[in-house]
Amino acid sequence: MSDDNDGSGALEAAGLGKKYRRGWALRDVTFRLPAGRICAMVGPNGSGKSTLLALAADLLTPTTGTLRIFGEAPSAPTTRERIAYVAQEKPLYPRFSVADTLRMGASLNPHWDQTAAERVVDEAEVPLSTRIGSLSGGRRTCVALAVALGKRARLLLLDEPMSDQDPVRRRRMMGVLMAEAAERGTTVVISTHVLAELDGVCDYLLLIGDGRIRLAGDSEAIQSAHRLITGARDGSGIDAHTVVERRTTGRQLTALVRPTSPVGDDWIVREPSLEEVLLGYLRSPEAPPLVTASARPVAEDGAP
Amino acid sequence: MVEYRIDRRSGIATYLQIVQQTKQALRLGLLQPGDRLPTAKEVVAATAINPNTVLKAYRELEREGLVEPRPGLGTFVRRSLARPGAAADSPLRAELAEWADRARAAGLDREDVAALVTSVLDERFGAGAPPTTSESTVRNGENG
Repeated sequence: MSDDNDGSGALEAAGLGKKYRRGWALRDVTFRLPAGRICAMVGPNGSGKSTLLALAADLLTPTTGTLRIFGEAPSAPTTRERIAYVAQEKPLYPRFSVADTLRMGASLNPHWDQTAAERVVDEAEVPLSTRIGSLSGGRRTCVALAVALGKRARLLLLDEPMSDQDPVRRRRMMGVLMAEAAERGTTVVISTHVLAELDGVCDYLLLIGDGRIRLAGDSEAIQSAHRLITGARDGSGIDAHTVVERRTTGRQLTALVRPTSPVGDDWIVREPSLEEVLLGYLRSPEAPPLVTASARPVAEDGAP
Repeated sequence: MVEYRIDRRSGIATYLQIVQQTKQALRLGLLQPGDRLPTAKEVVAATAINPNTVLKAYRELEREGLVEPRPGLGTFVRRSLARPGAAADSPLRAELAEWADRARAAGLDREDVAALVTSVLDERFGAGAPPTTSESTVRNGENG
């Protein structure tokens, strides 16, 4: 499904930064997203998720660093054909009907796939004759997704696509997206501030906080790099590990750690869920970031 | 054909749920040698899970010799897990049912019986290893 996994990454950032007048929205962002992955981009509101997506979609210019999409700049003509971006506000023409919108997609995109686009609209139970302006927010998002899938892009950038969907439609839209990824090896980046939306869906995770990368990499590798340990408050040895978060209740200490060696016998140890890992990082803004091996850019000068 | 039900709250890895449900279908005879498993696309369209998860589950089933991929055609069942002794009408099951009746008559409740059965199983078959995944090992030196 991901034949081009080992070529250039689908999305690769090096020292990427974006400064607005009010300050830095992104700073020193470096990561690599291999092709064919389903990436959840998680972070609190205002953490820089939308800025990163807009940079990838060439709607913004970086202040520092570079961003490469399948090895090319976001502004390259080939890149424009390869990506589809669904912005948070889903800009569509309100006076167009759904059918008009798809027709516009067909005339603007050389590799347009009408069947794929109509499948999304069908799944969302949106009649083709309806005007965009009279659709609910959730249905409008489905039409935007239909246009994105009709484009036959290799990289889908979706900014909070599920936030205004009811549970049934969310599940259907996710099913459509995953079927597309299964069939064509499409790389998908979905931003959200609710990880539960993407539970079981993502195999790659980017946690952004305050404009910086806090976690990047394979979700299984991130999960398995962490342990939740419980023991006596004065228990020894915890500082030998990288401590993400620690809490004490009475004589008990609970901590989320990245073990650097086997954890001692006087601790109760278990592997946290991905959500527990994320919550730990979200509650501890000072915790040291983790970028797993698969998320490190492939250095051109051969340095590891 | 089988339909997978994914329970996201179960705490069991999604690919393992697919492996277990496939084996269950093989034990119950719902899947038989020569049957085709649903394609990854069919599974993810219905369950909205990650396609790589389905492929991982199918690789695991293949590794255990239960299924085989046929390029361009799909993934097919190679052998059944149904055993005559485990069928609903087998004498072994009838004996177990009788034993369960005696346990209840002796005043044991469901949990007592389950604990008893587990301890005998552990004694006779060895302690059941919890489902292991090679990924769950701690990766040292990953802290960057």
